[in-house]
Amino acid sequence: MSNLLEVRDLHVTFVTPDRTVHAVNGVSFDVARGETLGILGESGSGKSVTLRSILKLHPEHRTRWSGSIRIEGDEVLSMGGKALADLRGNRVSMIFQEPATAFDPVFTIGQQIAETVRRHTGKSDAEAWKRARELLELVRIPSPAQRLKAYPHEMSGGMRQRAMIALALSCNPSLLLADEPTTALDATVQIQVLLLIRELQRELDLGVIFVTHDIGVAVEVSDRIGVMYAGKLIELASVEQMVDSPRHPYSRGLLASTVHEGMRGKRLEAIPGAPPDLSAPPAACSFAPRCKFAEAKCLAAPPPLRETGDNHSVRCVLAA
Amino acid sequence: MDTIVPATDRGGPAQPLLLATGLRKHFPIPGGLLGRTTKVVRAVDDLSLAVAKGETLGVVGESGCGKSTVARLLIRLIKPDRGTMVLDGDPVDEPHGITVNELRRQVQMVFQDSYASLNPRLTIVETLAFAPKAHGVPAAEARERARDLLAKVGLEPANFADRYPHELSGGQRQRVNIARALALRPRLVILDEAVSALDKSVEAQVLNMLVDLKQEFGLTYVFISHDLNVVQYLSDRVMVMYLGKIVEIGHVDAIYGSPQHPYTRALLSARPSMDPRKRTKEAPIQGDPPNPIDPPSGCRFRTRCPYAEDVCARVEPVLADTGAQSVACLMYTAGSGHSKAARP
Amino acid sequence: MTLQSPSLDIGSAAPVKATPASAARGYWQTVRRRLSRDPVTLVCVGLLLLIVAASLAAPWLGLADPYKTSMLRRLHPIGSPGHLLGTDELGRDMLSRLVYGGRLSLFMGVTPVVCSLLIGGLLGITAGFLGGRVNMLIMRVMDVFYAFPSVLLAISLSGAMGAGADNTLLSLTLVFIPPICRVAESVTTQVRGFDFVDAARASGAGMLTIVRVHVLGNVLGPILVYATSLISVAIILAAGLSFLGLGVKPPEPEWGLMLNTLRQAIYVNPVLAALPGVMIFVTSICFNLMSDGLRAAMDVKG
Repeated sequence: MSNLLEVRDLHVTFVTPDRTVHAVNGVSFDVARGETLGILGESGSGKSVTLRSILKLHPEHRTRWSGSIRIEGDEVLSMGGKALADLRGNRVSMIFQEPATAFDPVFTIGQQIAETVRRHTGKSDAEAWKRARELLELVRIPSPAQRLKAYPHEMSGGMRQRAMIALALSCNPSLLLADEPTTALDATVQIQVLLLIRELQRELDLGVIFVTHDIGVAVEVSDRIGVMYAGKLIELASVEQMVDSPRHPYSRGLLASTVHEGMRGKRLEAIPGAPPDLSAPPAACSFAPRCKFAEAKCLAAPPPLRETGDNHSVRCVLAA
Repeated sequence: MDTIVPATDRGGPAQPLLLATGLRKHFPIPGGLLGRTTKVVRAVDDLSLAVAKGETLGVVGESGCGKSTVARLLIRLIKPDRGTMVLDGDPVDEPHGITVNELRRQVQMVFQDSYASLNPRLTIVETLAFAPKAHGVPAAEARERARDLLAKVGLEPANFADRYPHELSGGQRQRVNIARALALRPRLVILDEAVSALDKSVEAQVLNMLVDLKQEFGLTYVFISHDLNVVQYLSDRVMVMYLGKIVEIGHVDAIYGSPQHPYTRALLSARPSMDPRKRTKEAPIQGDPPNPIDPPSGCRFRTRCPYAEDVCARVEPVLADTGAQSVACLMYTAGSGHSKAARP
Repeated sequence: MTLQSPSLDIGSAAPVKATPASAARGYWQTVRRRLSRDPVTLVCVGLLLLIVAASLAAPWLGLADPYKTSMLRRLHPIGSPGHLLGTDELGRDMLSRLVYGGRLSLFMGVTPVVCSLLIGGLLGITAGFLGGRVNMLIMRVMDVFYAFPSVLLAISLSGAMGAGADNTLLSLTLVFIPPICRVAESVTTQVRGFDFVDAARASGAGMLTIVRVHVLGNVLGPILVYATSLISVAIILAAGLSFLGLGVKPPEPEWGLMLNTLRQAIYVNPVLAALPGVMIFVTSICFNLMSDGLRAAMDVKG
C-alpha cells in the first residue's frame, strides 16, 4: 500500500492580538488508499485543527504552520492559489458536522451538486445533472430525481448529511476528510450514515480520516485509531489493539470513563482535572498532571512517540 | 439561621413525588397573512407519568420527540395546554393546591448548554446566591451558602467564587449549574441533557458527582438524554419517547434487557458496538424521525416500523402493561387487529 | 512502574484545581484592557475629551467675544494677528466662535440621543422581554416612524413645530426613538432566549428582579454602543437643521449655522468657510470610531 497522505511533525499555532494557541504540536501519521484512520480526541485536543490543516483551511494571516503534509507526494503547506483550489475540489474533500452550513439555502441540492461538477470537470449541463443524480443514488437517497429539486431546508438532517457526502464525492476525490459528521444526528440516523461512509470507502477505495470525540463511532468506522491529547498524537494503533490493549494512560482512562453497558451501579473511572492550557508549547508530557502513574522522568522532557511493536505507537515513557 | 429548609415528605414513600396526567403542549406556528396560526407542532401529546420518591427516571428519544418540552412542562417554564400535575399530593396551580412558585422551589432544572445557562455578567457566587436572595435570604447568608454549595460540587470556593463563567471550563460550568439547581434545596432535579455537551472524561466526573449528590441531598432525578448508555448507567426506570408520546416505559433492566416496542429495539441496536469484530452490519431502521408538525395517524412510529400493518394507521395504541414494562404498540394489545397481537 | 492497573479512579468530590488565579478577570476589566490596546479608539476618545473640555471651559479660556462684530476686520485669513483662525463674514473671531459653537453643537447632538435612549430603550426592553402582543404593538408603531427617512422626518417635524433649539431637540429625539427601540428590542429578545433567564424564572424570582439582574446587565452595553454611533448622526442632523434655518437662530455660534452664514465667503476664503464643517466632521467621525472600538472591545467570548 502506498501512502496517500503523509503528515510529518505538523505544528499549528494560532496568533491573535489577545493570545497565542499552540493547537497542534508535532503530529505525524500516514493514510493509505482504502484505509480509514479515526482520530479520537476531546474538545481542544487539536483533532479538528489537524484535519483542517490538510486543506489549509485556517485563516492565513493568523496561522503559523510548520512540518510537512504531502498528498500523493505533493507538499500542501507550500501550496497557494490554483494548486490549493485544485487540491480542495478534486483530490481531497471534506464533510462537516453541520450539513446546513455546507449548502446555500437559495439553490436546490441538484443545482449545487451539478454546478460543482461543471466547475471542476467542465462537463455540459445535461451531463452534470446526470452525474448529480448518480451521486444521490450512490449515497442511497431514495427517489433521487425528486430530491435533486429539493432545497436544503426541505430535507431532514440525515438526508442533508447524505447530500453533503454526495457533494463531497462529486469530483472523485482520493481522500475524504470527515469532521464529526454524525455528531449532530440522532442515534438511529447516525448508524445509517456511518454504514454509508464505510461502504463508500470500500466501493471507491477512498482514504478517509474520520475525526470524532465518540469512541463508539471511531471503533465502528476505523481501521486504525489515533488518540490526540493537547495537540499531539499520544497513541496510534489498529482498532483492535486500541480496544483490547490501549497502552497510554489517557487512552485507557478515556475507554474506562466511557459509559457502556454493564457499568450500572459501579463508580465510573473518571480522569481527574482538565486538559492543559495551550498558550505555551508543552515542555513535558502534557498528560502528566492528570496521570496517576506520573513520575519525575515524565516531567523532564516531552516523551517521543515510540513504536512498541506490531504497528502500535505510544507517546509515554512508562508504557512497556 | 437557615431560612430555606428542604420541604418535608408528606405522603410517605408510596405516594409519587410528581404525578402528571394528560399533559399536552402544542406550539402554534404563525404563518400566512396577519399571523394566523395554520400549523401546530405537537410537541407533547396526552402524556402521563409518575416520578417515585428517590428514583431516577431516565427519558430517552431522538430530536423532536418532545423530551425537552416535557422537562419545561414539569417545571412550568411553559404552561401545558391541558393536563394536571400533583406534587406529593398537592395539585399544582389549582385552588386548593400549591402555586407554581412553590412547585419551582421543590423542582429545579439543569440545562444542557452550560455557557448559555450562566449569566456572563455575574460572578459564580452571585449566580448561586441569586435564587436564595429572591426567596428572601439575606445577601450575606446567601453568599455564604453559595460558597458551601461550590465546595459540594467539587469547586474550591476560594478559587472559583469570584470568577466569571467564561473563565471556567465546560465541566466546571456544568458543576456550577448543578450547584445552582441545588441552591433552593429542591426535592426533584430535572437534568435536561446535562452531561451531553461534556467530554467523556469530564462526563464521568460529573456523573459520579450526580450519584453522590443524590445520596447526600436525598434527591429524585428526571434524567433526560439522547445517550442510551448514560441513561442506563444512571436510571432506575426508563421512559422512551417518540414524537411527543411515550412508546415504552419500565424498569431499566426490562427496557434494556428485553425491549418490546420496535422503536426501543431499533434505538438500542443503533448504538455503536464498541467491538471492531462485531460491527453493525445493517442499520436497524431507515430514514429520519418525521416532523412533529404533522405526525402520522394512528401509531406515530408506523412509517419507520418493520411490522407496520394497515391497522396501525387507523388505531392509536395506548400504553398497556405487559408485565415488567408498559408498551404502546398494537402488537402487544390483545384484540387490536394486528396479526401479531393476541386474539381477544 | 507498569501500567497494568486500569483503575484511575479519583473521587468526584476531589476539588478541581483552577488554572492560575491571574486568569480571574471581570468582564469590564477585559474590555478596558482591550480598549487600552486600540490606538484608534484611544485617539478618538482623546480628541473628543479635548473638544468637550474646550467647549465647557470656553468662558475661561481668554478667548475673544464670539458675538463682537467688526466691519473693519471681515474675513481675515487664518493666522492673522489677534485672530488665530481668522474672522468670519461679520468680523467675529473664528476660534472663539468654533469653541463656543461646540457647546451648542455637542448639546444638540448628545441631548436628543440621551432622551431617545431613555424612551426608546425602555420601550424596546419592554417589548423584547414581554414579547407577544405588547411587542407587536410597540414595534408596529415604531415601524410607522421607520417609513420616513430620518432626515426628512427631522426636517418635517422641525418645520411643523417652527425653528428654534428646543424644537430641534424634540424632533431629533423623536427621530432617534425608533432605531434605539429596535436595537433594544432585538438584544433583549436574544438575551431572553438564553437558558440563564429560564433558570432565573425557574428559581421563582419576580419579573422585575430578573430584568434588573439578568437582562439589563446584558443589554445596556450593546444599546449604549449603538447610541454613541447615533451621536454623530445627531450632530450632523442638528447642524443640517441650523443650516436650513430650522434650528438655532443667529447670532448664536453653532457649527451648522456658521457653515450657512459663511457660505458666501466660500469664494473669498474657502479654507475659512470650511472650518465649521471640519469640526462637524472630526467630532462625528470620532464618535463613530469610538463606537466601533467599544463594540469590538465588548465582544468578549468565553
